[in-house]
Amino acid sequence: MTTDTLPVSSASRTLPRLRFNLWSAGALIIALAVAAPIFTVLGLAITDTSDIWTHLYNTVLGLYLERTITLMFGVGIGTLVIGTGTAWLVTMCRFPGSRIFEWALLLPLAVPAYVLAFVVTDQLEYAGTVQSALRDMFGWTKPQDYWFPEVRSMGGAIIVMTLVLYPYVYLLARSAFLEQSVCVLEVSRTLGKTAWGSFTRVAIPLARPSIVVGVTLVLMEVINDFGTVDYFAVQTFTAGIFDVWLNMNSVGGAAQLSSVLLLVVLVLIVTERMARRGRKFHHTSNKYSELPSYRLHGYKAALSFIACVLPVLLGFILPASVLSHYALSFYEETLSADYFSYVANSLTLSASAAFLAVVIGLFLAYAVRLSQGPWIKIAARTASIGYAVPGAILAVGVLWPIGALDQSIGWIGNNFGVAIGGVLIGTIVPVVYGYLVRFLALAYGTSEASLGKITPNMDGAARTLGSNPSQALKRVHFPLMRGSLMTAAILVFVDCMKELPLTIILRPFNFDTLATFVYQYASDELLEESALGALTIVGAGIIPVILLSVTIAKSRPGNR
Amino acid sequence: MSRILKSMGVAAVAVLALLSTSPASAGDEVNLYSYRQPFLIKPLLKSFTDETGIKVNVVFAKKGMLEKIQAAGSNNPADAVLTVDIGRLYGLKQAGVFEPVKSGVLEANIPAHLRDPGGLWFGLTQRSRIILASKDRVMPGELTSYEDLADPKFRGRICVRSGKHSYNIALIASMLAHHGQEKTKAWLEGVKANLARKPQGNDRAQAKAIYEGVCDVAIANTYYMGKMQTNEKKPEQKKWAEAIRVTFLNQGASDRGAHMNVSGAGVLKGAKHKAFAIKLVEWLSSDKAQKIYAEDNFEYPANPKIAVSDLVKSWGDFKADKLSMEDIATRREAATKLVDEVNFNEGPTS
Repeated sequence: MTTDTLPVSSASRTLPRLRFNLWSAGALIIALAVAAPIFTVLGLAITDTSDIWTHLYNTVLGLYLERTITLMFGVGIGTLVIGTGTAWLVTMCRFPGSRIFEWALLLPLAVPAYVLAFVVTDQLEYAGTVQSALRDMFGWTKPQDYWFPEVRSMGGAIIVMTLVLYPYVYLLARSAFLEQSVCVLEVSRTLGKTAWGSFTRVAIPLARPSIVVGVTLVLMEVINDFGTVDYFAVQTFTAGIFDVWLNMNSVGGAAQLSSVLLLVVLVLIVTERMARRGRKFHHTSNKYSELPSYRLHGYKAALSFIACVLPVLLGFILPASVLSHYALSFYEETLSADYFSYVANSLTLSASAAFLAVVIGLFLAYAVRLSQGPWIKIAARTASIGYAVPGAILAVGVLWPIGALDQSIGWIGNNFGVAIGGVLIGTIVPVVYGYLVRFLALAYGTSEASLGKITPNMDGAARTLGSNPSQALKRVHFPLMRGSLMTAAILVFVDCMKELPLTIILRPFNFDTLATFVYQYASDELLEESALGALTIVGAGIIPVILLSVTIAKSRPGNR
Repeated sequence: MSRILKSMGVAAVAVLALLSTSPASAGDEVNLYSYRQPFLIKPLLKSFTDETGIKVNVVFAKKGMLEKIQAAGSNNPADAVLTVDIGRLYGLKQAGVFEPVKSGVLEANIPAHLRDPGGLWFGLTQRSRIILASKDRVMPGELTSYEDLADPKFRGRICVRSGKHSYNIALIASMLAHHGQEKTKAWLEGVKANLARKPQGNDRAQAKAIYEGVCDVAIANTYYMGKMQTNEKKPEQKKWAEAIRVTFLNQGASDRGAHMNVSGAGVLKGAKHKAFAIKLVEWLSSDKAQKIYAEDNFEYPANPKIAVSDLVKSWGDFKADKLSMEDIATRREAATKLVDEVNFNEGPTS
């Protein structure tokens, strides 16, 4: 029986046949349902567009690739350093404000990248606060008098995206550091490693799966982004996708380009998997005594403080205060619109999607753990790759399965003499489905990383004591994973609050969320009019983010 | 797990409850997909509802609407599409989703060159792609044609939004129609070399750049000028507008006139409220609606009976390019490729 043997040794030499049971069958069906839009995009890509490829190859394809890779590299390194570094500092050290930074470092998560892009440009452009002050100070009068870095550039895009995306890495790295057993750290110190040595040689390698999940999520966000790079006039691959789709009227060509992006992500994931092949990351000791915290003094404390305060200042306090300022003079437009219904719509959609994503993510991750062999895992991974597809293209992928489902429901209804064609297309079901397809990666990745840290001996013990897989999940894994699952739920929630392209395309008539309301102004670069809406998105994100931080701090196994 | 299942049940019920709040299908109503921002069209639609009692349900989106219509097939709930730019109207026509409409009202209100000969789409307003020139740094008569934009005397003096934006694509497509591939490519390379900075921002941002002294000349749509000139909430925009002279190009006696684009609407095939949809498009071409377009939005009404607003009139009369809209639409792909070929969006230094 497959389900009774646990993958204690994952080095299975031959590919076993897929065997069906409730878990594997359920996982396959769910994975297929979630992957349907991705398959649709791949399906749309099967069309003859050789002239478009020839054209792109001869003109801008190289440029797009170079820009996309530069952006991924810049944001990847930026979020890795800031996220992991600050997570380690607040977990292991005590310095002024470190308790506050524990949660404050998460705040930029609530700020949509396009909003930060607007605010940063608004402040740094010629008419903005910074340059105006410089001109006053030095008596310059025109742009030709001095040099100032171009805000709308690759550098601007890297900085803005790093600032709003590093919390993914921070979050996962911090949970991983909190979940680590103090024994290994003590051993490393006993064996003569310095604090830095313990960090680089012991803590980081042990936290690697979580950090990698974080960075992978960041890179997928970078790949699928259109709003920010478009605003900063950086020509990435996504720019090409939208040209082909909207200016050359070729949705097939756009789907082909999107498929290339998917391929890039697959290569990334597989490379990382190969690199850590055969290693195990769960802890063999259950000794979770209080983590030691090193009290920092003098310049070390000051540097740590600066390292933690800068990301919060630039990624959160700056946009929040600029938006508040504008919201004060332009609140009427927002309030006179149906503001409160937008808030309600945003909250309902995001909460439903977060709940569904966590349930499905946990189900898939656990089914993968129960199954031997690669099939369920491949299915689950395919289902969670939607994160890397630009939202608008994914929306097109969602439309066709929903359309087909509508036709089938209508057909069944007709056989019973009721006209129920098109019950789904005009509702919020496509939106929630779209969110799920897009953000399952967050929930699945977090669940998988968290499960990976639970030693299979636990499963063994539970099963020996007579539990079936569901009971083991409920009594053993679920309590251990609670913190991570909460993390997953909040990540999905906050991301849905900010989500734009899927919501715009898939929503029913007369339906606005905070994000779509902000967009109608933002799309015309009317920052002031959109300020209150944007501020509400940020505000609504803060509460769960703070909750999240508390949950994580409490989630440490053995915490009293 | 049973608790999880239970809460899933609760969630399902909640979702169903939400579904039942979607707009009811009873009553007089029409469902509209709009590429135009809600805050722009709300006054128009409200006026329509007040007058006719027909409710208008709207989804606003700038992409994906065609795919949404196609994927829904016979279940498509939308009755009509409202959009800017001939490219989108033509794209929808080519995809075969428009229903031919035969309407005496529309034929009377909208001149033949602003509507599809088969009644598939109807232009509702026009806008011209003009030059905003610095009053201080550009002499009257220094720049008189689109062709002039490639003249080396404008090196480092031109600002424009992304070359891939539909308004610029339409302008380049019109150049292709008048001059052919090679001449247009050389022209576009010339314009690129004259740029003051990498293409960025929207049309309004270019006016701001002139005010700031970043550049002397910008390419923009007419109505942006009107919106800046009348912006009471942001008086700084009035200052931007004051620094600028509106210039219509190619106005010489034998010249072709300024490049025009349209906003328009079409009724969808299989529309469930077809009669109301036609009524809506007819109403949008009526005196009352056209006046709102003219006065509130500073566009040129398609209906020749309605005069432009006083402000728009103050920019002066001009000659419009008579090139047919479809001649522009069919050259959009070629125009996009040209933008790639000369790498326009990388700006002057590349």
